[in-house]
Amino acid sequence: MVDAAFPSARPRPSRRAGAALEAAAAWTLAGPAVALMWTMLLGPALAVVGLSLTDWEFGMPTIGWAGLDNYFEMAGDRVFWVTLRNTLVYVAFVVPLSVFLGLGVALLIEAGATLRGFYRAAFFLPVTSTLLAMALVFQFAFHPSVGAVNRTFAWLGLPTTDWLRNPDTALFALGAIGIWQAVGLSMVLFLAGLKAIPRDLYESAAIDGADGPWERFRRVTWPMLGPATVFVVTITAIRSFQVFDTVAVLTDGGPNKATSVLLYQMYQEGFSFLRSAYAAALTCVFLGFVLLLTWLQVKLLDRRTHYA
Amino acid sequence: MAEIVIDGLIKSFGATPVLRDVSLRVADGEFVSLLGPSGCGKTTLLRIVAGLETQDAGTVRIGARAVDDLAPKARDVAMVFQSYALYPYMTVAENIGLPLQMRRLSRAQRLPLIGASLPGTRAIRADIEAEIVKTAEGLGIGHLLDRRPGQLSGGQRQRVALARAMVRHPAAFLMDEPLSNLDAKLRVKARAEIAGLHRRLGATFVYVTHDQTEAMTMSDRVAVMMEGRIAQFAAPQTLYDDPETLAVAAFIGAPEINVLPAKRRGDGAVEVAGAVWSAALPDAGGAELHAGVRPESWRIAPRAAHADPAWLAAEVRHIEHLGSETLIHCALARGGHAVVARVEPALAAGFRAGDGASLAPDTTKVLYFGADGARLRGARPMAARIQPALAHHG
Amino acid sequence: MDRMTRRMSPAAFAFAAFRHAVLGLGSVLMLAPFVLMVAISLKPPGEIFAPVFTLLPETWAIWENYGAAFQRQPLARFLFNGFAITFAIFALQALTALPCAYALAKLRWRGRETTFVFVLLGLLIPPQVTAIPLYILMWQLGILDTYAAIVMPSAISVFGIFLMRQFFRTVPDDLIHAARLDGLGEFAIVWRIMLPTAIPALIAFGILSFVWNWNEFFWPLIVVQSEELAPPPLGIVFFANAEAGTAYGPLMAAATVVNAPLVLAFLFAQRWFIDGVTMTGVK
Repeated sequence: MVDAAFPSARPRPSRRAGAALEAAAAWTLAGPAVALMWTMLLGPALAVVGLSLTDWEFGMPTIGWAGLDNYFEMAGDRVFWVTLRNTLVYVAFVVPLSVFLGLGVALLIEAGATLRGFYRAAFFLPVTSTLLAMALVFQFAFHPSVGAVNRTFAWLGLPTTDWLRNPDTALFALGAIGIWQAVGLSMVLFLAGLKAIPRDLYESAAIDGADGPWERFRRVTWPMLGPATVFVVTITAIRSFQVFDTVAVLTDGGPNKATSVLLYQMYQEGFSFLRSAYAAALTCVFLGFVLLLTWLQVKLLDRRTHYA
Repeated sequence: MAEIVIDGLIKSFGATPVLRDVSLRVADGEFVSLLGPSGCGKTTLLRIVAGLETQDAGTVRIGARAVDDLAPKARDVAMVFQSYALYPYMTVAENIGLPLQMRRLSRAQRLPLIGASLPGTRAIRADIEAEIVKTAEGLGIGHLLDRRPGQLSGGQRQRVALARAMVRHPAAFLMDEPLSNLDAKLRVKARAEIAGLHRRLGATFVYVTHDQTEAMTMSDRVAVMMEGRIAQFAAPQTLYDDPETLAVAAFIGAPEINVLPAKRRGDGAVEVAGAVWSAALPDAGGAELHAGVRPESWRIAPRAAHADPAWLAAEVRHIEHLGSETLIHCALARGGHAVVARVEPALAAGFRAGDGASLAPDTTKVLYFGADGARLRGARPMAARIQPALAHHG
Repeated sequence: MDRMTRRMSPAAFAFAAFRHAVLGLGSVLMLAPFVLMVAISLKPPGEIFAPVFTLLPETWAIWENYGAAFQRQPLARFLFNGFAITFAIFALQALTALPCAYALAKLRWRGRETTFVFVLLGLLIPPQVTAIPLYILMWQLGILDTYAAIVMPSAISVFGIFLMRQFFRTVPDDLIHAARLDGLGEFAIVWRIMLPTAIPALIAFGILSFVWNWNEFFWPLIVVQSEELAPPPLGIVFFANAEAGTAYGPLMAAATVVNAPLVLAFLFAQRWFIDGVTMTGVK
């Protein structure tokens, strides 16, 4: 029998009490992180946008509204366009090569059984190295007379130059360092992507007649690596946009602005010339590119899942 | 030890109502199962009692206290989870001991290193240690105290979960499908053990399960839950023999009760697929009914034709030999309804798939339900009148 | 596939040779800078600029170069700064991220979804973006050129929150419910139940945090003026500037020393590094 012999009065306080307790605990636990997130990350990110619309220079007692003046100034500044061009050339040079090389290395490592661990470690080591310290090594390697690069090139009968001081080669010399550090990252991400491909796909492809290496790659590996590739390209591109360390220690943006990139320009304007507002505007351009890349990544992955 | 009184619980998740006015009184020391199909709200009910969910309305009383505003730890209940919820990185002893540590040691005494040097810590820890060993040995897992849950079998983990619940001597044990992760053989054994544990401890048990065998074999009473309501709360045998609704009748018993559409006749009898059964029902001529016949309430005879109007003509479709009994699946000649009869193996020997057969129920055991599914009870069934005609077949 | 057990066919042999040739050459290129760095750090000045390059020096100059690295510049101090800063940052990140990740993954509260959206937005913002406002903030607080200025911006890691939240979501709810019944409060649940189950994820995050912050150059360059506060990369630059780019031996010795902790850690815990990077895709 249903035990229903109770008064029908239904107290309702408990729900609020329980939920309020849980909410209070949640805010106490999340509070420090949320507060720090706003003061150290989101707040400053908003502030940088706001600052870019003013005329403030570091240390000035007054601050005035400048609208889009900083952006107009940027548009009229030859140095900005050189900087932007350099950044894009650097990204266009580093990204395809490091992604392509990373993919090639990952495929070759997976294609055999011997020395896998050694190759993986060798290619990954640059990712963990201190780029600043390694930049100094590269400086020595690019040394015009005793550097390893020129010695090797000369031995091979290739043209040599003072790589970091020649305006035509400096940006690509820095790009080479960028690639050296990025290949390992794209390699491990591709290796993880390859591991995630189910073996039976290859077996069923073989039964369907696709058993040569090229066919296997074209029919199974490459399509299955699609999402990983989009991810690797985005990650590498965002990291390339952030190039700064090598520029700062090896070329100072020179010779004659040939290696001036967005972040370095921002650093100089903001912290050498103390033009905070203008540097903030440069930061916004930089942020715009990074967000654009993420947006493209989301779009591409979205479309893929529709077809999948 | 304590009784648990649940009064008018209402709970919904978003727009989905999960509990619609549930009231239940579990007596002190009673073993009550909450039985129902998945999604009926039984687990939610248990979790509200434990304090892991908060009801929208209604109250829960454990012993003399209303516990609605108490945190789970303050309710003096222990719970055994379906997944056992053992802390994977703690040893068995640490798992069992944690609830005691949290209760008996102060915040300072629980601190690593510093805590050990505070006055009293050592004595309390020794007591806890002794109780862990005692509880574990009582459940036959004394030799596993240093292992981690990952190194244990399913049955051993289940005992650790039980030990962790027992060690606190709670007012009530709440169990959420604690046997569903065990294999069939172990489950039978564990059933007996839990029932034994209940007898030994004399504590109040509330046990959630979707498995009617578990509920029927272990419980003093079973609350059958359907769509957020308690459909019936009664002793196991009562649920089987005397269900309140068609849904309960259909849920309890395997194979399921045979339900046939029936129609009241003016003379008090009932017409079912062409046959006429006597029935003592409140007067309602012409009403549409459901007649429920348990598989073992059928009498079955070879040949489709039968002189007695109470018999239904049918064809044998399939025969299942279960060893101790045999199930004969038939299709009725009129309407094609599928029915199952449970008979003695010897009696089934004469039947073959494709043969004709006739069926008639023991009319004293037929359960009638109105069109709304509510049970119809009448005066005494007119069993005596038809009984002699059935006496000899086969 | 069973080809491997039999004798290699000529095609398979050719492929294996090709594979090792390409990967071997690649490995040489990848490792060359490290080899060059160590080789130079062992040589006296005369040999560094010798017309023919040799791997090993004729006269060893280990003592001179490494001694000079530690004596002429506070290299030991740079290393200490590196460890102190990376440790402080990771401790603060874990201390703030773990409770927040637990609240985001397992508690029901108004504001949870919004908070998580902001965490995701935070993931999109490269660290350099906040440099100017943070510099102004540190200036206002009067803490430019202090450890606090170096550590504070990294004290919060939205990446850490996100990573731990994803991990905590895989922890069964029942475990938390059991803990509540066993008498644990929400704080105790974070430290006694969630933290131990999250050790693998926390190690992965710790490694990444260590790698990033040990190698971080941009922000210290902005806020640090005093040599004695410099973390290793900035220290190396002070070093290079002071030696005016001539004393390559000691400079390469310093570079070797600065690289050593990460490289050694990587060689000993390769799996963790690679898994960590793969699991998280790096910032």
